[in-house]
Order: sequence, then C-alpha cells, then structure tokens
Amino acid sequence: MNNVLNIAYWIPLLPFIGFLINGLGRKHLSKTATGIIGSGVILGAFVLSIWVFLQVKGGNTHDAHYFDFISVGKLNIPFSFKIDQLSSLFLLIITGVGFLIHVYSTAYMHEEKPEHFGRYFAYLNLFVFSMLLLVMGGNFVIMFIGWEGVGLCSYLLIGFWFKNQEYNKAANKAFIMNRIGDLAFLIAIFWIIAKVGSVNYTDVFSAAGLAKLKAADVVIVTILLFVGATGKSAQIPLYTWLPDAMAGPTPVSALIHAATMVTAGIYMIARCNVLYSLDAAEITRNIIAYIGLATALLAASIALKQNDIKKVLAYSTVSQLGFMFLALGCGAYTAAVFHVMTHAFFKALLFLGSGSVIHAMGGDQDIRNMGGLSKKLKITYITFLIGCIAIAGIFPFSGFFSKDAILLSVYLKSPVLYGIALFAALLTAFYMFRLFFLTFTGKFRGTHDQEHHLHESPAAMTIPLMILAVLSVIGGFVGIPAVIAEGGDKLGAFLSPVIAAAHGEAHAVSHSTEYMLMGLSTVLVLIMIVFAWFRFKNYQRTEATGLGKVLENKWYVDELYDKVIVQPLHRFGGFLKNIVENKVVDGMVNAVGKGVNYGSRQLRLLQSGQVGNYVLLMVLGMIVLLAIQFFIRK
Amino acid sequence: MPINYYILLSVALFCIGIVGVLTRRNAIIIFMCIELMLNAVNLLLVAFSKMHHLKAAATNAAATAGSDGQLFVFFIMVVAAAEVSVGLAIIVMMYRNIHSVDINFLNRLKH
Repeated sequence: MNNVLNIAYWIPLLPFIGFLINGLGRKHLSKTATGIIGSGVILGAFVLSIWVFLQVKGGNTHDAHYFDFISVGKLNIPFSFKIDQLSSLFLLIITGVGFLIHVYSTAYMHEEKPEHFGRYFAYLNLFVFSMLLLVMGGNFVIMFIGWEGVGLCSYLLIGFWFKNQEYNKAANKAFIMNRIGDLAFLIAIFWIIAKVGSVNYTDVFSAAGLAKLKAADVVIVTILLFVGATGKSAQIPLYTWLPDAMAGPTPVSALIHAATMVTAGIYMIARCNVLYSLDAAEITRNIIAYIGLATALLAASIALKQNDIKKVLAYSTVSQLGFMFLALGCGAYTAAVFHVMTHAFFKALLFLGSGSVIHAMGGDQDIRNMGGLSKKLKITYITFLIGCIAIAGIFPFSGFFSKDAILLSVYLKSPVLYGIALFAALLTAFYMFRLFFLTFTGKFRGTHDQEHHLHESPAAMTIPLMILAVLSVIGGFVGIPAVIAEGGDKLGAFLSPVIAAAHGEAHAVSHSTEYMLMGLSTVLVLIMIVFAWFRFKNYQRTEATGLGKVLENKWYVDELYDKVIVQPLHRFGGFLKNIVENKVVDGMVNAVGKGVNYGSRQLRLLQSGQVGNYVLLMVLGMIVLLAIQFFIRK
Repeated sequence: MPINYYILLSVALFCIGIVGVLTRRNAIIIFMCIELMLNAVNLLLVAFSKMHHLKAAATNAAATAGSDGQLFVFFIMVVAAAEVSVGLAIIVMMYRNIHSVDINFLNRLKH
C-alpha cells in the first residue's frame, strides 16, 4: 500500500543515525557537534511525529509493513509499524519530552570529557530509538525488541559513570530485575504464537484471533504480560531497581525513569486492552488494580521519609505508576494513558528541576542540607512549584484532570478502593510539598561554600524547565471530563478507535457525585499542603525513629530480597562452582583420563616378552572361542 | 566300540599335549607335546572316518564313505614332519647361542 505514512520509519531511524554518528565518532567530535547532532535528530523525529499525529487525527491510520523479519513454517513475523492514535500520541510524548531533555543534557553534562559526552548522547539516542520501536511496533516481537533495547540503554545509562562500583551494581540490578519481567513477556509471546499462530496486533485482537484463546489462555497470557509490565514499570515486586537507578545522570532519570521507559508497561497493556477487556480476564484486572494500588501506597509511604531529592522523585514515580496500573485494572485505559502524558510533563519537569538544584548545590542531593533556594534559583523555584502543584492534582493543572479520571474509575469499581487511592493521592501531595518546602523555603542549611556556589542554571537548562512547566499547566485541557465541559474529553475521543469502551466510563455516576468527588479530593489535597507547610516551616534535622525509621529504610524490602533471593542464589552459585564444577564435572573428565591410564597400565603387563605366556594366551583365546561356538551360538 | 571312547581318548591326549606345551621348560619336550597334540587329532579324524563308513554301510556309497578323514590324516602327518624338521633346526641354532634349551631365556620380545 502506498500510504504516505510509510515514511514513518524515519522517526526511529533518525535517532539511530544519531546513535551511530555519536557513538562511533565520540573520540573525534567536539561537544558542540555531539550536542547538536544528538538533539537535532530528536527534533527531526519530533517534527515528523507532529506530522504523523496530524495525519492520524485526520483519520489516516496505517499498518506499515517493511519486510519479513522471521518467516519459519507457518509463522510469519513481519517488521511492521502500527501507526494509529495510541502510537502517535506516545510518539509525541517521547520525542517531545526527549528533545527537551536532550537540550537540557547539553548543559548538565558539560563537565564531561568529549569522549564521554559523545557516549552519553549515543546512549540517549539509542534509547529513544528503542522506545520508538516499542511504541510503533506492529506486533509483539517488534515491541519486545524495543523493550529489550530500552532495558539495555537503561543499564548503560545508569552505569554511565562506570568508575563507581555502586552505580554499576545499580545498573545490574535494574537490568536483572527487568529480565525477570522479560521472561514472563517472552512466555506470553510464545503462548500467543502457540494458540493464535501470529503475533501481529491485527491478528491477535481480531475476533477470529480472540476466538482461538480459551478462558484459561486469556488469563495466563494477560497475567504473564502484566508480570512483564511490572518489571519494566517498577511495580510490586519488581520495583526496587528504580530508586537505585537514580545513580545515573539526572536527565537520564527524567527521560527513562519518569517519562518514557517506565511507561512502556502501561503502553503494552493499553495496546492489549482488547485482551484485558475480555470477561475471562477479570481476575487479571483485579490483580492489576490491587498491585497498582499497593504499589502506589507503599511507594508514597517510603517517599515521606526520603532525604535524597532524587529518591523522593523516584518513589513518587513508582507511586504514580501504581496509579496508572490501578486505572488499567479498573478498565480505564484512556485515563491511564492520560496520566502517562501528564505525568511525563510534570515528572520530567520535577526531575530536571532537581537536576538544576543539584547543579547549583555542586552535586549535593541531600535535602537536609538545602533550604531557602528560592532566592537564588528563581526560575527553578517557580517551575518546581508548578510541577508540585500539578502532581498534587489541583485544578486546573494537568495532574488534576488525569488523577481525577483515575479516581473516578476507581470509585466506579469500589468506593473502598477509592478511599485508599485517595489516601495515596493525599500522601503524594504531602511528600511532594515536603520536598518543595525543605528545598526552597526556610533557611539554607548547607555549608558556607555551597551557599556561595548557588546560582541559577544556564538557559539550556531553564528553557526546557519553562516549556515543561507550561505543558504541566495546560496539558490537562485535552481530557476535560464531561461534567465540566461537554465534549471536552478530546483525548478520549481521539483514542476511542483503539481503546474499546473509552467513553462509557464517565456516565455511570451522576454529575453531582462527580462534583463531590472532585471537590473532596481538591479540598483534602489543599489541607495536606497547608499541613506540610506548618510541619516543615521550621525544619529541624532529627533522627528517624519507629515507623519513620522503617519508612526511611524502605520497609527493608531490599534487605528482604537480599536475604531471601540474592544470598541463596549466591550460595547456590558457589555450590555449583566449587562442588559441582570442580568435583563432579572435572571429576568425570579426569576419571576418563585416569581410567585410560589405569587400563593401559594393566594391559601393558600382558606384554611380558615370554613366549610361554603368549602361547598360554593363545590357548585361552581358543577356549573362549570354542565356548562361544558351542554354548552361545546355537 | 562306541565312538565316544575314541573321542575321549583323543581329547585327553590333546589336553595333555596342551598342558605340556604350556608348562614344560625344555624346548624338545615342548616339541614332543606338539607332536602329541597332532597325533591326537589324527586319532580323532580316523575315528570319525570309521564312524561315517559304518553309518553308510548299507548304501551304495559304502565303498568310499569316510575316506576324506583318512586322507586328511596324511596331510597332517606331512605337516608334522616338515614342522619338526624346521623346529629342531631352530632349537639347534638356539643351543649354539645360549648353550641351553630352556625356553625361559626367550624373553627378548619385549625390548
């Protein structure tokens, strides 16, 4: 088909070219050239994404088939892109926010040597390429290629400053935990191939494809896909890698661990919404909702007591992802995707803002040493405030609309769950404003040298902050619920061809209930913010005790994993290495050699050199032959 | 006489011959034992020849039945004679070198 959208392959190809140029030429290019190439290709991809988006908005969706990737027996896996409403939306988010972060990185990483600067941008471009493959893939295998690619780039970028062994361990942790989820994803793909015979979205999600899946198949496939998503999107039990991933440079944390990679799980489930909407998948939906809610609550509780500015944001990301999965579990796919979008804006803003703060503090990330930064870092202060208000979910910032949509869908499922989710949302407001007040208000608690070093960041860092702040404010206006403005849910309308039942959600409750829910959440959030203001106005640094200590130590989950999983695996590995490898395997191999040695030594004695012996042996041989002839061969 | 007796006698002579070859030290005695084995075989062949002749006594081929056994005996005797002449010549050579007919001196096959 000669659809004009066939040129969409340029969207991932441009970042890939950037990766090749920056990666191979990193020892030869200057930092300016690297920065321009690295950011320029993303800008090109962004422009193309806008064009694709406008095409799709005009109704032109397309399955672009490029070549046969794997063709064996009856299984045919093409290299194809599915360009529709869902993927074009994600394209905009990835390339748009990605471009801003690339520009920010040129200033943030300016202290690196040119060779490492080039390596950084090469990895970033490779990451964007993989992420674009993930969202544009037309079948599960292409998505998996992108899935693995982003995992790889996450590892490379977390361990970017590879001379520090702690960072390398964090990178390993991220990659290995991802892999556990990937195993489940792979098994799901195999299951789908076995049952449906194809991995293309159009084949699997068609009525014919779904008919081939029995109820048990649906449950198994959906659960396995969800386990894959928990690994990538940091849900219980595979979430502990994300806070450790803060070892990477801050722009990396913003791009990978806030805006894009961790949303891959939500994208996957939104893409498979047809599967998850089946009646047979109800148990999976419940599991997703409960795990999402539990994660949101757990991460929010841990964030209350963290003292590293990036760790608070990391746990906040885990918590917000929990909200998105909660929405998915309640069947509100559009609300989840909406929250992905708004979260990308304000979380990237918050991370980049924290990068600006860290830059000003000369590398110190401990908020106990900060305070009163609002005077010297005005732009960072204002944009960070906007980000905090957005994440707390106050009208009319973007976070309000997306969070409200999620909470409404939870309320429709169960008012009890709504209560818990609302509590988690209140915790969100509290810890975010704790972070804000401790960092920007009050008296400066750091050293004298640090105080002198405080300065606002260069334009390359503040302009992305301002753009993201604007987006955090107006980004919610694409999804205004029907109670406020009829026909205001443009996002829902846009996504309705891809996401079944995108419209039916909001009409199950009366308008007054909706107003009440919205009002309740807004009032409670405002109360929490005021409470945080009073609590942290005059902050005194104290030792944490009791529950606070447990929260500060992340509920000791890492220690639990270490004791229950890591140490036994190490011991098992040691056992295999020292006993099985040395004694059994080497023993068997050596035994063969020793046996040959022994046998040959015994056989050598036959050659005595004495004729009499030889005659004896001849006679014995003859007797044996006679015996065989007469007694065995009848 | 039942043929079993002849077979048993032949086997006994053969076994005595073997034991003699394996155990005796004097080379000439070993040769004698070899002759003993060959003659045991001769005895066996003649016995079977007679047995076949007796079995075919009623039929027309009675005249020449079992003659191949006796014929083979001649072959064996000839071979025995030739072998003895060659063997004794070797023993004479051996005696000339080591002045003994003890076979335990024949252990150079190992080097």
